[in-house]
Amino acid sequence: MPEGLRTRGGVGESIPRPDGPDKVSGRFSFGSDLTAPGMLFGKTLRSPHPHALIRSIDVEKATGMPGVKAVLTAADLPGERLYSLHKPPDQPVLAAAGDEVRYAGEPVAIVAAEHPEQARAALEAIAVEYEVLAPLLDPVDAIQRGSVLRELTIRSGDPDAVADVVVDGYYEVGQQDQAPLGPEAGLAIPTPHGGIDLWVATQALHVDLEQVEACLGMRPGAVRLHLGGVGGAFGAREDLSIQVHACLLALKARRPVKMWYGREESFTGHVHRHPAWMWYSTGADRDGRLVFVKATILLDGGAYASSSGAVVANAACFGAGPYRVPNAHVWSGAARTNTVPNGAMRGFGAVQSCFAYEGQMDLLAARLGLDPIELRLKNAIRPGDRLITGQALTGAAPMAKLIDLCQGLPEPPAPSDSLALPGGAGNVASAAEVVRGTGFAVGFKNIAYSEGSDDYATARVRLQRGPDGAAVVQVKTAASEVGQGLVTVCLQVARTELGVEAVEIERADTTVGDAGSSSASRQTWMTGGAVRDAARLVAAEVLKRAGPPAQALAGGHVLDEEGAALAPIELFLDEPIEREFEHHHRPTSGLDPAGQGDAHVSFMFVAHRATVDVDAEAGLARVAQVATAQDVGRAINPLQVHGQIEGGIAQGVGLATMEEIKLKDGLIRNASFTDYIIPTSLDMPEVAAVLVEEPEPEAPYGAKGVGEPPLISSPAAIVAAMRAATGRRLNRVPVSPEELAGLSECRPGWLVRPGQSPAEAVRPAPPL
Amino acid sequence: MRVSVPKSLDAALGLLAEDPQAVVLAGGTDLMVAINFGRARPEHIVSIARLAELKELVAGEQVLCGAGVTYTHLLQRVRDRALVDAARTVGSPQIRNAGTIGGNLGTCSPAGDTLPILAALDATIVVVSRRSGERRVPFSDWMRGPKQPALEPGELVLRAEWEEAGPAQAFLKAGTRNAMVIAVASLAMVVDRARRRVRVALGSAGPTIIRATAAEEMASGLIEEVGWERPLTLTEAARARFADLVAAAARPIDDQRGTGAYRRHVIGVMASRALQRTGAAA
Repeated sequence: MPEGLRTRGGVGESIPRPDGPDKVSGRFSFGSDLTAPGMLFGKTLRSPHPHALIRSIDVEKATGMPGVKAVLTAADLPGERLYSLHKPPDQPVLAAAGDEVRYAGEPVAIVAAEHPEQARAALEAIAVEYEVLAPLLDPVDAIQRGSVLRELTIRSGDPDAVADVVVDGYYEVGQQDQAPLGPEAGLAIPTPHGGIDLWVATQALHVDLEQVEACLGMRPGAVRLHLGGVGGAFGAREDLSIQVHACLLALKARRPVKMWYGREESFTGHVHRHPAWMWYSTGADRDGRLVFVKATILLDGGAYASSSGAVVANAACFGAGPYRVPNAHVWSGAARTNTVPNGAMRGFGAVQSCFAYEGQMDLLAARLGLDPIELRLKNAIRPGDRLITGQALTGAAPMAKLIDLCQGLPEPPAPSDSLALPGGAGNVASAAEVVRGTGFAVGFKNIAYSEGSDDYATARVRLQRGPDGAAVVQVKTAASEVGQGLVTVCLQVARTELGVEAVEIERADTTVGDAGSSSASRQTWMTGGAVRDAARLVAAEVLKRAGPPAQALAGGHVLDEEGAALAPIELFLDEPIEREFEHHHRPTSGLDPAGQGDAHVSFMFVAHRATVDVDAEAGLARVAQVATAQDVGRAINPLQVHGQIEGGIAQGVGLATMEEIKLKDGLIRNASFTDYIIPTSLDMPEVAAVLVEEPEPEAPYGAKGVGEPPLISSPAAIVAAMRAATGRRLNRVPVSPEELAGLSECRPGWLVRPGQSPAEAVRPAPPL
Repeated sequence: MRVSVPKSLDAALGLLAEDPQAVVLAGGTDLMVAINFGRARPEHIVSIARLAELKELVAGEQVLCGAGVTYTHLLQRVRDRALVDAARTVGSPQIRNAGTIGGNLGTCSPAGDTLPILAALDATIVVVSRRSGERRVPFSDWMRGPKQPALEPGELVLRAEWEEAGPAQAFLKAGTRNAMVIAVASLAMVVDRARRRVRVALGSAGPTIIRATAAEEMASGLIEEVGWERPLTLTEAARARFADLVAAAARPIDDQRGTGAYRRHVIGVMASRALQRTGAAA
């Protein structure tokens, strides 16, 4: 093909992202930058108690305060009183007098005022009388009292299988915050005809819309949602936050209402990663071939269901690791307790169980005297193998290749300056006190929605002449750009399919069909697929208008079958061409009572090797490098894939070394970025990444999702490296300085037989 | 909320004399956090951020460090190694550009990064008011408790003063992150060979900065034996005993940043290393 007829910047090229310059120069408008003439400021009154009965709510004083335009409680709700991602919904829009609050931070009343300070003062003037109740905080306790959000068991193979070697282990994963830099924010503007427009930073416009419509009691079409600029999401924006509240206040005051959370409020205003308590037993033969995995995976779901059900399923389905496991018995469940609800976060259940099963693999390797990498290679799952759910791997599954490539990546040099030593700027360690350890871990997870969900995404593609007469493409979807680079993907897909470089990605809103959420690593496949298919319909129309011998579009031209240019595309655009397409992935099935079924459409695999420098005496560590090989199917934009890998590893470093929401008596003690700390540039390791491109047969362009795998097994690899450097057990993340220094060890508060429900758990005998 | 921005130190002292309840704003790295979290709602704020009189830094035999000197300025212009190392651990570059040593003294937190060094340098804090003029407070009298500086109503921190103590200094700070972290525990050690003086001070180890006096005496004794002008060669036993004495001085608590047990442990580890480093520097 002549060079002039190549379409530049299509699928497979590392083009820069279109929203990049505005984001790095401060011009991009995030949700908290939204503004409208005459807008009011909305604020939320929240329960200070993890569990209490509301005897009464008196808003009279607040209502009459200066600048206050609306004060609303549950008594004022016009529609459904409950909302949730879960069906049926279980979470109150506002907790009502006579009803209970079930976590500290639960919304009780909302206020709109001319000035944020007036709104704050009005909140203080609302008198709520609580009868404080005992909170249910221990998840085992909760399970034993029947306070369960979901539990499921997976049984496969022979329950009585006997292994030559058995290792038992107990593991904990702390509660991680998604820590998006942009807090929850939105702006609701009433329309003259009684409807409402809501601009909001969200992961899923239509998922929000359905809940907002129901809670406002409004007819379909009266509510429109528009995507506000999203400053990071990672699962924190899947559940509603300000959406219904801002609309209620705006409708009441008949004025635009802006709401945004401060950092402290944000910690109670969104779900977090489920903390986990896991009891494992892993058996193998003398050669190291896995015989069985038995596991109990207990998650704290918090006060309301959110997406706990799907997280429970993921933790279980991937709970034996990406290995050939002939016999499995896994119990997974989420307790309902009086803490902030837990839900979606990058990795979604797969992160928690990976920390446990990879810890088990290292114990097993040590017991057998095998190299940990050799043990993983020996057991690595392969195409055609079945998961513990009975599902056969029909797509790309290059696990063994990932292990091979990852272990071959170059190792980092010794730290060259004192800031690169454990403790960094704190100046505690000198080189003589530092020991380097290396650890390895692998993981896998599903892409897109599972367990029989009808998962689809919609795109509308329009091809027309632009102002200068040249062809231009407009792509419209309701899919959320949350920082992952979806707008770049859509642009590249449109260029590839239509041979036109001028592509405009329009702002996402609900005037086009549902795209589903930007979660589960699904949008490149789902919305990318919808854009591809809509664009192909548009391309077919161009070719039809051009007539034979037109065969293809590239470089702005219609080409014949030899690739010779016949005419510029705009010649056939007297009438614009617009097509819409709904891309569905192959249906999946539910899980039967034994946890068996083809519940997932596709899987992503990953391997991580971590190199960690440890000052074991002081209990300090610095991750020097994370090397990774990741199964991506095909990289639509390799640069962006590397960006996702580095970002996911940053959160993996955080989970392994420092990030944890600390609760005391059901209250968050570190709801700030002063005390909930996340990695800085000094904590971020060098990343050495290799992409493995084995096209996924069913995926558009063969591309798998890439967002979650970097966070699945990087924490496990980092902790394995710390164990190698110190010889300590380190069975809990984040690893505390105290544990790293050997001053304490994490021990189970309950004894559970792996595979059994914690309903049968007993307390361990007190130490003698 | 009223905000006053006086153009001179004299005007600032006038405002504070009129309204002793007014809250002083320098870099705002503590005050604005408190306001943003709703923990402080001052009715009157007096900003001293632009007062040139507070930004003077005279380095020499006698160091005079104005209250408005930022951590960035300390990093660039001070010779005391421990203070430079402490300033480097404060926040991010933006915070170091805004936060001041006077703010550290005024906030008076046991986690204030420069405070253990001021203790170990035997610094004097000079305060001033319209009513009483200048008043000198030895650092050992500065902290009456957590967040309780020895400041009378209407008084402002003017500067810190200390004598240049030579190169045998160390500052170590343990935190759960490699930068931008509030100290879980910190330790400053100064061996002033010219004045034959050893000082060890601990941060985040109790309600105030704590001096480890028994350990100071032990180290002085060790140095005395080999001579103040010579490097110290240490036995493992001596390092361990010193570490134990320093750790025994700590009065740490459990909180969301760390346990008391870890604090005491890491203070011992830091003490042993500080003795090694300062002992070797002659």
